[in-house]
Amino acid sequence: MFVTPWKLNQRGILGMNRRNIEYISRYNQRRLFPLVDNKFKTKVLAEEAKINTPKLIGLVESQYDVTHLTDILKGINGFAIKPAKGSGGKGIMVLKRNVEGEFIKSSGAVVSLGELQRHVTNTLAGLHSLGGNPDVALIEELIEVDSFLSDFSFEGVPDIRVIVCRGYPVMAMIRLATRASDGKANLHQGAVGVGLDIATGRPLNAVQFGEPVTHHPDTGRDLSTLAIPGWHTLLVLAARCYEISGLGYLGTDMVLDSKHGPMLLELNARPGLAIQLANGEGLLHRLRKIDALKKRELSLSAEERVALSQQWFASKKENLL
Amino acid sequence: MNFKKYTDAQISLFILVVVLLVIGIGLTMHRHLVYEVPLFYGETQTVWSVEAKVEFTAHGDPVKVSLSRPGEQPGFTVLNEAGASPGYGLNFTEGASPKAEWTVRTASGRQELFYRSDILVTNQSHARQDIPAPEIKAVSWQEPYASAINEVLSRAYITSADNYSLTKELLKQFKNTESEQHVELLRTQFNDQIPELIVDMLHKANVPASIVYGLELRDGRRRQALIPLLSVWQDEQNQIFHFPEESKSVLVEKNAPIMLWQQTESPVLDVLGATNSSVRFSMIRREESTFASVAQNLSDQYSFFNFSIHSLPIEEQALFKTILIIPIGALVVCILRVLIGLKTSGTFMPVLIALAFVQTSLVIGLIGFLLVVATGLVLRSYLSRLNLLLVPRITAVIITVIAIIGIFSVLSYKLGLTEGLRITFFPMIILSWTIERMSILWEEEGSKEVFKQGGGSLFTAVLAYWVMTDPWVRHLTFNFLGIQFVVLALVLMIGSYTGYRLLELKRFKEFGR
Repeated sequence: MFVTPWKLNQRGILGMNRRNIEYISRYNQRRLFPLVDNKFKTKVLAEEAKINTPKLIGLVESQYDVTHLTDILKGINGFAIKPAKGSGGKGIMVLKRNVEGEFIKSSGAVVSLGELQRHVTNTLAGLHSLGGNPDVALIEELIEVDSFLSDFSFEGVPDIRVIVCRGYPVMAMIRLATRASDGKANLHQGAVGVGLDIATGRPLNAVQFGEPVTHHPDTGRDLSTLAIPGWHTLLVLAARCYEISGLGYLGTDMVLDSKHGPMLLELNARPGLAIQLANGEGLLHRLRKIDALKKRELSLSAEERVALSQQWFASKKENLL
Repeated sequence: MNFKKYTDAQISLFILVVVLLVIGIGLTMHRHLVYEVPLFYGETQTVWSVEAKVEFTAHGDPVKVSLSRPGEQPGFTVLNEAGASPGYGLNFTEGASPKAEWTVRTASGRQELFYRSDILVTNQSHARQDIPAPEIKAVSWQEPYASAINEVLSRAYITSADNYSLTKELLKQFKNTESEQHVELLRTQFNDQIPELIVDMLHKANVPASIVYGLELRDGRRRQALIPLLSVWQDEQNQIFHFPEESKSVLVEKNAPIMLWQQTESPVLDVLGATNSSVRFSMIRREESTFASVAQNLSDQYSFFNFSIHSLPIEEQALFKTILIIPIGALVVCILRVLIGLKTSGTFMPVLIALAFVQTSLVIGLIGFLLVVATGLVLRSYLSRLNLLLVPRITAVIITVIAIIGIFSVLSYKLGLTEGLRITFFPMIILSWTIERMSILWEEEGSKEVFKQGGGSLFTAVLAYWVMTDPWVRHLTFNFLGIQFVVLALVLMIGSYTGYRLLELKRFKEFGR
């Protein structure tokens, strides 16, 4: 039922209190939070740094724009609408047009224009944003999931989370949507989390609702056959987010698009602890190594940092799934 | 100890915590040793500090104010009395109805006079001086009331043996909700003069009786009024009765927390030369170790150099008694969130709910809270279909919450549950935000998360209520301001705790295998 704190400490598990005091408040300056808490600002930053993000179709900033949604969406066959300040996938709606030209959700349910407008109105009023602040809504092009990965996820885009500490990728996982998670990639809602080896991107361990699994519960795919193409490029992209955001303890969420390759979805200044469960390993030993780094190692380029991380944090072959 | 492994921030925090602990414990010990305030609750004597505040408007004429003072009576001993009245002459008169008399040659504008006394709760059951019975008055009524009164009296007379039992029988007839027609007739005619009517009826039956006034002693109450009571004599002795009212026994119990302020039939407050006069009472309960220290403390409390809260007027002290337990409630929240890892909706909302529970009593408070939140959620789900903007929607929820509280109050009053009226102590705006947040949670995460967080909040509120109403905690927080420093030190220590939360030991149980 319970595990002793000594055992957790020995396994190097990072707890919420330690994360808040020793990592978030030590490495993340408060004034930088708005950059990552607002997806639109993050997008602008990423574009300046030539990092791919999903293409922006339109920005709904006012109630006036809501009435002109049809104009914005003219000739668009599929899109995702997101609150700029939403967190944890809140308020995200993914819609495609069917043959009659109506918008449907991935589940097949038809969404009328009125419903869509109400959703956007709620978003503008701050229903989905942190602290209920007024917000704007981003309308983005849909991501075409890389065919390598499409079987591993049920009705949702699998996203790759890499924790980056002071520019060094320390731990990674891929989150696979399930029927239970309703196409969302959130672990507490029932998505499958698969820990990935920093060196190779090969799967280490998989969990759903905190319990180990070996196959995707809906598509039945053997999770041990999972492989991420272009792993090194992905890690470099994650490591570069340190420079563009200035945050020393960062969660980067990325997707693999079949056309555009790795793309940055969002950055998180308060990344959760569930990644440890997905990896079957604690963050603390790795973070301690990063804490002890000298000035010279902190001024290396993203490429060099990724190479060091891959060398330091490589998992043993027998630990692979 | 190797200080090198600690950062500057950690060292300064450590020093701050030590300093706060030293100050806190030092102040506490100082108050214990110098003022002899007992550290332990219970092995003490209870002293009530009661303050009467007389207010009136003067118009430049000579003013004479006369206010009754509590006299000798079973169960209570007046230790000390004082009046605060700048510019007024003050005299205490003794006798069967002791009074405080303020006089001034000329005064104008709104005036405030204070009378304060410290009253010791004793086990002594007899007064040293008996109050003489009043003269029997000759009374008469018009028809048809006279015959109705005769009818009611004779029925009470037949079923009684002496003055006390006659009074009880009489009061019982007025208390019955399904009373017979004579009583009903009297009730409609005399309506708000029932006390006077009953006294006159007793005089008609040759029973010496009078209306007296008592003060219900409840810790930390402010702006209270006196309640009218019935005093009935049998030979040289007298007994006190409640006037008929729902949900109360007729006879005033020996240990009831009611102190008689006025024991004979005369006005409590008499103001000559001014208008708009009123008197209100505030009181707090204190625990004192020895009889002697009480007297000494009182003089200290009035001294100019005493800057503690205990030198404030009783009304403000009563307010502080509540304010000073808020840090304890907040400490409970800190412990539950940081050390246990419990999720609540709204960080300190549970403390406010707990404060409301302190006013309403736990069961009524819980029922009220659940009722308000559940009804609010249903209404909120309807509002969400109306496609409203956020701020007007929450305003609508606030208005509905007030309506629910109004309906609940009226219903509970009609059902005779006067406790239900205290639901107005609920923090309505906070409740509305809670409803809003919970309904969003419901839409996004499902009902499970709502019950988890709602249950967490309620659990925290009940726990905070428990701690905040504990007599030990109340005794320590009010009498020892040093405790606040200790609480602050504890909070700072919790704030720098980097260990695991209790619920994380469950969350990461996989790692124990």
